[in-house]
Amino acid sequence: MRAFAQLLERLAFTPARNAKLLILRHYLDKTPDPDRGWALAALTGDLKLRAVTPTLLRGLVAERVDQQLFALSYDFVGDLAETIALIWDSEGDDDMPLREAVDLLAMTGKAALPAAIAAVLDRLGPSERLAFLKLATGNMRVGLSARMARMALAQMGAPDVPDLEEIWHGIAPPYPEMFGWIQGGPRPDSAAKAPFRPVMLSTAVDLEQLRALDPADYLGEWKWDGIRVQAVSDGGVRRLYSRTGEDISAAFPDVIAAMNFDGAADGELLVRRDGAVATFNELQQRLNRKTVTRTMLASHPAGLRLYDLLIWQGDDLRDRPLAERRAVLETVDFGSDRIDVSTLLDFDGWDDLAALRANPPDAVIEGVMIKRRDSAYLGGRPRGPWFKWKRDPMNVDAVMMYAQRGHGKRSGFYSDFTFGLWDGEGLVPVGKAYFGFTDEELRALDRFVRQNTTERFGPVRALAPKLVLEVAFEGVNASTRHKSGVAMRFPRISRIRWDKPVAEADRLETLKAMIA
Amino acid sequence: MALESHMLSMRADQILHPTPQGLYCLPGDFYIDPMQPVARALITHAHGDHARSGHGAVMATRETIEIMAIRYGADFAGETQVADGPLRIGDVEVCFHPAGHILGSAQIAVTPSTGPKIVVSGDYCRRPNPVCAPFQPVPCDIFVTEATFGLPVFRHPDPLDEMARLLASMAEFPDRPHLIGAYALGKAQRLIALARQAGHEAPIAIHGALQRLCDYHVAQGVELGTLIPATAADVAAQLVIAPPSAFASPWVQRFRDPVIGFASGWMQVRARARQRGVELPLVISDHVDWPQVTATIRELAPQEVWITHGAEDGLIRWCELAQIPARPLHLVGYEDEPE
Repeated sequence: MRAFAQLLERLAFTPARNAKLLILRHYLDKTPDPDRGWALAALTGDLKLRAVTPTLLRGLVAERVDQQLFALSYDFVGDLAETIALIWDSEGDDDMPLREAVDLLAMTGKAALPAAIAAVLDRLGPSERLAFLKLATGNMRVGLSARMARMALAQMGAPDVPDLEEIWHGIAPPYPEMFGWIQGGPRPDSAAKAPFRPVMLSTAVDLEQLRALDPADYLGEWKWDGIRVQAVSDGGVRRLYSRTGEDISAAFPDVIAAMNFDGAADGELLVRRDGAVATFNELQQRLNRKTVTRTMLASHPAGLRLYDLLIWQGDDLRDRPLAERRAVLETVDFGSDRIDVSTLLDFDGWDDLAALRANPPDAVIEGVMIKRRDSAYLGGRPRGPWFKWKRDPMNVDAVMMYAQRGHGKRSGFYSDFTFGLWDGEGLVPVGKAYFGFTDEELRALDRFVRQNTTERFGPVRALAPKLVLEVAFEGVNASTRHKSGVAMRFPRISRIRWDKPVAEADRLETLKAMIA
Repeated sequence: MALESHMLSMRADQILHPTPQGLYCLPGDFYIDPMQPVARALITHAHGDHARSGHGAVMATRETIEIMAIRYGADFAGETQVADGPLRIGDVEVCFHPAGHILGSAQIAVTPSTGPKIVVSGDYCRRPNPVCAPFQPVPCDIFVTEATFGLPVFRHPDPLDEMARLLASMAEFPDRPHLIGAYALGKAQRLIALARQAGHEAPIAIHGALQRLCDYHVAQGVELGTLIPATAADVAAQLVIAPPSAFASPWVQRFRDPVIGFASGWMQVRARARQRGVELPLVISDHVDWPQVTATIRELAPQEVWITHGAEDGLIRWCELAQIPARPLHLVGYEDEPE
């Protein structure tokens, strides 16, 4: 646990990708099986332990520490597990194998769990306590993707990153057969059914950059506001992957059941009702679920809109040009109304495409995709062959009304802001935003809040209406849950308007007029 | 008990009470660590927020006076007097005792002819520190303490363990310079001395702002080993110590792919380290942490605790649970840890 705690701490504070890889590789080199496998699974989110709840942890600490001192401390530290690791009053300084911690969390029954966790906390020092609590709550937050983990592994032996990706979804923690392969043993072939293949990503573009390109070389499609997925059906094994290679099959049995093909397809996961595409918000309700209820399956039916084929009936199409892959895709009869093919946009020049983008036929479209006809399917984000040209965000100038101290990275700073628009003579709150500014702006806003507080309600400060914030957002819906009658989608502060008089901020009518 | 305590407070207030300029002693007509120029100041230690220039008369330890002269020039006060042994000022006797915070740091004991004895501890630390004399517990009726780290989450680890983490990172990234931020007075020299104690013998580069204070420590007998200036275009040392403000200046651009560290008690809280953009947080503090401040209060067993600055809510709650009368002085102007 000591080596794992040091690894977590180094990774958490090291921003550079190469340095992270080096730290991880050194750890994997030095640490024996099975601990290194458990650590890897914990870091990449593949370790499925029954998560220990914040309520359980709060209960534990309440038996040990005065509640008032705990509340003051938590407010300062901003992270529950970290507060408990630091405040836990024990002189313990033991080490414990990671395997033992994993076993304990996996095997201990619900009733015995609090006492078992307390006993571990008593044994360990503060850094190890934090690592153990992060493991127990399943919340590592060290910025290490599974892809980066595979890059570190690829530096350790012969298998390269694509080799590792092909077996990744067939192996389970603590991965003895994979480490065996890296150290010169046999390839774990049984693991390679229905593998995930690296997804091809696009780069952002604008009209000016497009002007340098010949429109005849490119295909255009709508960019649907769903989730990018890879649907793989291979010898009876069917899997649905997110674009980062996370297996999300369990949440979408309706889609899996419809995948009556043999191949690997690239497309958008959408909720569709009576032919119409539902909002991202509705799709989100189906995400992150281990199981899905019958009611949910009926009320939020999911489906695929495909735009590419990587593998088809045993043939790897990835080296062929996009136009050829599309031609194959368009001939397929998927035999299900849950799966269709993304239509191509008809445009001659970039101005045509700009006009289409400005006026899409469906509110769930968030822009257009532009792909080179002759592009091979390359994993990663190669610069050039594929572009996304997103719809411009909407903007309002709003007045900052309330502020609250942030947690996590922004702990200690007033960084969660409620802003409002004019309605008659008064201001009505219309939304909340907690990011979209730099650290320097964050400090300036924090200072503003401290100097302009008119009232305090617990952690919330009411502010004198003095500062205008330009708020960008992706859309706005009518809402009965909010006093203002509107709900903004993904609002963020795009500019702080120190210069603008509050009287010139926007009115609520302006926002209401933007409802799709 | 409550009435007795109230009486004690009343009498104590006549000896020492908070004013906008700082703690004022009426029978001695002097201030302790005043924030603005006054006729007579007693100064606990030479950090800028406690030791300001422009007072009529200053009394402090010899080291504090010498450091103030280095920082502000020889004429930083009308007159100066080294505090040596018990001295009478007006109707009180004052005596300076080591505080273990930085070189020359002292607690000031104020003993009136009648009434409670008050110890103003200034900033203090109970961990052994190679650059200064250890804190000396002084029995008193009223103990005036800081609460910079006055929350039970602050349990600062052994500084040598933190130094071991720094040396391990230097071994893991041998091609990357390690730039460690440390306050120019005290922390920087302690960090260098700790590195030597941990067996790092190679030259250590120091930012120009540290030069005179390091020289002064060496002259006072503190071993710092070979120091080279971190001003050349190509600095020939893997370990570089600089004041935190230097990291925002173009000076830092001469280093290729540096590991940025910061040595401070605040580094114990991850969000604080992230806010500073620190890659290698080192939890090394010159202040008492929670176990130290609570153990000190238990050891001295004063009748009352006064808290100058910091996280006083936490310490006041602890005193309440320990049934020790405590009050915050709400002194403004002292920073958490001075830059």
